[in-house]
Order: sequence, then structure tokens, then C-alpha cells
Amino acid sequence: MRSFKLRRDWIHGWLLLLPALVFLFAFTHIPAVTTLINSFFSTPRGRRPSKFIGLDNYERMINDPVFWKVLWNNLWFAIGTIPVSVALAIVMALWVNEKLAGRSFVRMAYFTPTVLPLIAVANIWMFFYTPGFGLFDQITGALFGWPASNYLGNPDTALNAIIVVTVWKEAGFFMIFYLAALQAIPVSLKEAAQIEGAGRWTIFWRITFPLLMPTTLFVCVNAVINSFRLVDHIFILTDGGPDNASALLLFYIYEVAFRFWETAYGATLTVALLILLSLLAIGQFFFFDRKVHYK
Amino acid sequence: MANDALSSSGKPIVLKDVSRVWGETVAVDALSIEIPAGSFTALLGPSGCGKSTTLRMIAGLERVSDGQILIGGEDVTGKPSSKRDLSMVFQSYALFPHLSVAENIIFGLKVRRVSRAERDQRLKKVADLLGLSLLLERKPGQLSGGQQQRVALGRAIIGEKPICLMDEPLSNLDAKLRHEMRLEIRSLQQQLGFTMVYVTHDQVEAITMADQVVLLNKGQLEQAAKPRDLYEKPASPFAARFIGTPPMNLFPANAFKKLCTAPDFQLGVRPEAMRFEDGGPVSASIRAVEYLGADILADCVVAETAFQVRLPTTRPVSPGENIELGFDPDALHVFDADTGRRRDDLVPEFGSLLRS
Repeated sequence: MRSFKLRRDWIHGWLLLLPALVFLFAFTHIPAVTTLINSFFSTPRGRRPSKFIGLDNYERMINDPVFWKVLWNNLWFAIGTIPVSVALAIVMALWVNEKLAGRSFVRMAYFTPTVLPLIAVANIWMFFYTPGFGLFDQITGALFGWPASNYLGNPDTALNAIIVVTVWKEAGFFMIFYLAALQAIPVSLKEAAQIEGAGRWTIFWRITFPLLMPTTLFVCVNAVINSFRLVDHIFILTDGGPDNASALLLFYIYEVAFRFWETAYGATLTVALLILLSLLAIGQFFFFDRKVHYK
Repeated sequence: MANDALSSSGKPIVLKDVSRVWGETVAVDALSIEIPAGSFTALLGPSGCGKSTTLRMIAGLERVSDGQILIGGEDVTGKPSSKRDLSMVFQSYALFPHLSVAENIIFGLKVRRVSRAERDQRLKKVADLLGLSLLLERKPGQLSGGQQQRVALGRAIIGEKPICLMDEPLSNLDAKLRHEMRLEIRSLQQQLGFTMVYVTHDQVEAITMADQVVLLNKGQLEQAAKPRDLYEKPASPFAARFIGTPPMNLFPANAFKKLCTAPDFQLGVRPEAMRFEDGGPVSASIRAVEYLGADILADCVVAETAFQVRLPTTRPVSPGENIELGFDPDALHVFDADTGRRRDDLVPEFGSLLRS
């Protein structure tokens, strides 16, 4: 009798878990495992089924100059976007945390880029970058008399132009987290530091910034993941060009898998991306853990 | 515990017609106080009376709407906190949660770039004084409420500032600890000699610790006096009812048959000043009796005015009983019903009228 009741509980439990499990497996676990398996097989073509080829795909990846190029691009992209957007987010959050006129309007304005779809944003920025009559050329032309420049078409500037768009897009989003964290810091801490003779600068570096560390860790992990994840605007702005100058790893994966239909090699690149991301996340937690104070 | 290295001579604080106004609300209304150097002054009052705002204005954390604040004879009204040379203990302690106890205490010294050797030396002194030596490496989150309180005290005294401000520092502690800390803070202040301004809503804290009690009500000064004077000669009915547990009994003059000619006065007698007296001036009926062990607290009524009286346990009383009570002539307080001021000149007259 008792074991029967236990069994019913057991069935109920699993039934309750089932909906979540189905989706989790269907969209996360099974694709991930399939990707790993596919990376050891050849791409099926027409009547030729895929066959096990061991590490051949990985060997190809290591010898692929485009892979190294996009990885290198991604590194620059991360270095260019993360520190700048995090620093901007802190500065903006500090500013809108003060008592200033039209504060909620400024907060909203900062958050707008986050709300807008990246595709729409990219289209707007494309107009800014348009050679000759785009916003930037008009300003630099009128102020300094510079000639028209093709920021998106020049291999030297294409990636930087995309970095600017990304920073603009992300800083407002991170600001919201910093704003919430700032408001959780009791005012009396700042007052106590003031009484002890600390100026604004000292209060920020010795009190506010350390207390924001948990938020900084969270934001950094997100920023790193985003730097590998956000590629929508590349499709609109440069399509990875010129000469892969602005292609990032995920963009390259998309190209290989869904434009060239080399699905097996695409799977191999995806595994490389997953390993890289997990290493980065783990590394960040270990690096920050010593410096972060949690309440 | 003589401690010659840790000492600071206090500075006097003077408030001249200081006001703080937010829109329509007047938090502090033309307040003038003198706080002598090296004294322990308590700002006392019910919540919302402006005592914390006053303290924050002295600290420079709150802007002064009108009036002047002088510290050591120097006008500091417009100066920031850091230029006022004072320390402060907050109600919430405001310890920096990410810094260790030692770093919390020496925070101010570090900001002022005091040399490392002197910092360590002073830290040792303060830690020994407050019994924190074994806790220096801990974070505030790992300390009990009393220990956190000590760290906040340490941070306030290590700078050897001439003035220390405290904003209800004991309100987060339990009763026993509060009593200990009261004695400790008082002895610390006397040892180090700084000027202390101490905000509290607890009259016991104010009376037991302070040299001078400043009683505030609705943003205005009610009375500034020594604790003993405040208890023995309250300047107004408010002061009379605020100090002492249970509060002073106030009667309209016409509650006494012999005084029906003088209706414009309020008479006050403390519950503990009344005693049984056959043929005494107050004939009351008892409504309720509270047995307190050492004595009895009886709720009585005379001429529709309720009052309390503290009686010895030797004579049992019960509700519904009629008793006659008396008091010494100098235990009588007379207040003008219109102005609310104390009228000591009328005490002998009323006293003799009641006795007649």
C-alpha cells in the first residue's frame, strides 16, 4: 500500500516536471549533444551519408585562416566593447542616481537603445555611417573639412564602427543593473565617509565601487557572453566584410552552417565557441571571486 | 584606563536661530542652543520633533535653511562635513560591509593620509579600549549588534575629533546591552573629553547620560537644562509629561475645590510625590490598581481628571475605594494655561490655599 502511494507521488512529481524537461531537452540538451556528435562526422551531401571521421573537422578548424581571423576579431570586439560599455554604464548610473531635473526622462533615454531591436538600430546606424551624407561625415566634414569616408567599407575601420554601435546598445542595459545596485547602497555609508573627510572620488573608489562588485561581475559575464552572441547588426551593417574584417565567431558559424551548408564543420566551430564561453565564465568567477563582497 | 595618547579637547557648539524648512513643513524652527565644550548634551524629544535634523545640520549633512551654526566660535554654516572636524555614529552604524573591522576604524585616518605607523598605533589603542582586538580581521557582517556598535564607536573616536555626534546609537540593541553601552559611552566621553551631542527619544538615556538635556517639541526648543532641573523644574506641561515614568499628573486648577477661583492655571504633581494623607487636598476614587512589586501604581480620578499615583504596598487599596492624598508644597508645579510657561511665583500661594 505504502509503496503504491510512493509510486503515485513519484509519477505525479515527474508529470509536473515533464513540460519543463521536454523543452529543456528539446531545445538545449539534445541540440548540444547532437552538435558535439556531429562535429566528429562528415557533412552528409545528397546520396553520401555522413560518416565518422574522428578529429578531421577539428584539424581543419585549426588550419582554417578564417577561423583564426574571426577569433582574433572577436577578441578585439570584446576588448573594445566590454570595458567601455561597463565604464559608461557606471558613469551614467551615477549621474541618473543623483537628484537632477528630468531624471526619469534621462533614465528612459539611456534605456531606449536596449528596448529597440538590434536590426532596427543597425539600420539607423547605417545611415549615420553612410559615406558622404551620413551623420558622421556631415559633422566631420563641416567641422574639420575631412573628406567623405566609408567607415563600414574600410577593413581598418569596419570592426571599430561595429564596436561603437554595440557599446551604444549595451551601456544603457548595464546601466539599469548599476542603478539598481546603487540604490541598494544605504545613504548613511556615503554620509559616514563624508564625515570622515572623504571626497567624492575617494567615496567612489573606496565605498561605492567595491560595493558594486557583485553587479560588475554579473555585468561582465553578460558582456562577455554578449560579445560572442550579438551578431544581428553585422548582417545589416557589413555582412562580415570587407574580407572578413568585421566577422565574428558566431557570424562565421552562421555562414559556414547555413550559407555554405557545411553543417558538420559548423558544429565543430560551435563546440569551439561553447568551450571558449564556458572557460571564460569559469575564469571570470575565479578571478572576481576574491574581490567581490557579497552581502 | 588612563589613556594619554587618545584624548581630544572638546569644542563648544552654538546654534543661533537655526531653521530647516522643506516646502511647507518646518522641521526645525528658529532653534538656539548652546553646547559647552566637553559636555555631554542629549537632544531629546518624541519622534518627528526635529532632533535628528538638528544633529544632521550640526554634522553638515543637512542644509541649514536659516540661522547660524558655530563650532569653536567659528561659523561653519556653509561648510561641508569634512571641514567641521567632527565624528559621528549613525543609528544603523553605517559600517562599510566590504571592509574589515580594522579598515573600518582607520578609514578616516587613511583618507587623511595619516602615516601607517601612527595608524597602527592608534588602532591598537582603540581596539584595546573597546575590546575589539580579537575581531579586527572580521567583516561587519560577522559581528553581533553590540560588536558592530563598538566598531562604529571606534571609528568615531580614533580621529580624536573635538566633537562626536551620535544619532540614536543604542536603539538597535537589546535592553541589557543598551544599559552596558550607556555606561560605556558615558565613561568614554568623560575619559576622552570631547563634546558629545547625543540624539535620543528615550528619556532614560538622556537623563542618565547627559550633562545637559535639550528637549525639543515640534521643531522648537521646549527646555534646555541639567537632567535634575528638567525633572524638578520642568518649564512647560510638555516637559513635565515627557520626563519621568509615569508622567507628571496635570490637573486644571478647578479640579480642586479650594482653588476654584483660579481657573487659568494647570497644576502638576508627580505620581511619586503623592502620599496618603487623611484630610489631604486631593480626595480621589481609585479606578484601577497595578501591582509593581516595590510599590503600587493606582489610576485615580478627581473631578473628572484622571491621574496616577505611586503608593507604598503597605496599605492595600482596591478599585472603587475613595482615598485622600497629599503632597509637599514644593512638589507642586504651576503652569500658565495660556502661555504654557512655568509660574514658580504662584507655587507658595496655591500651596497655602490647598493646605488651608
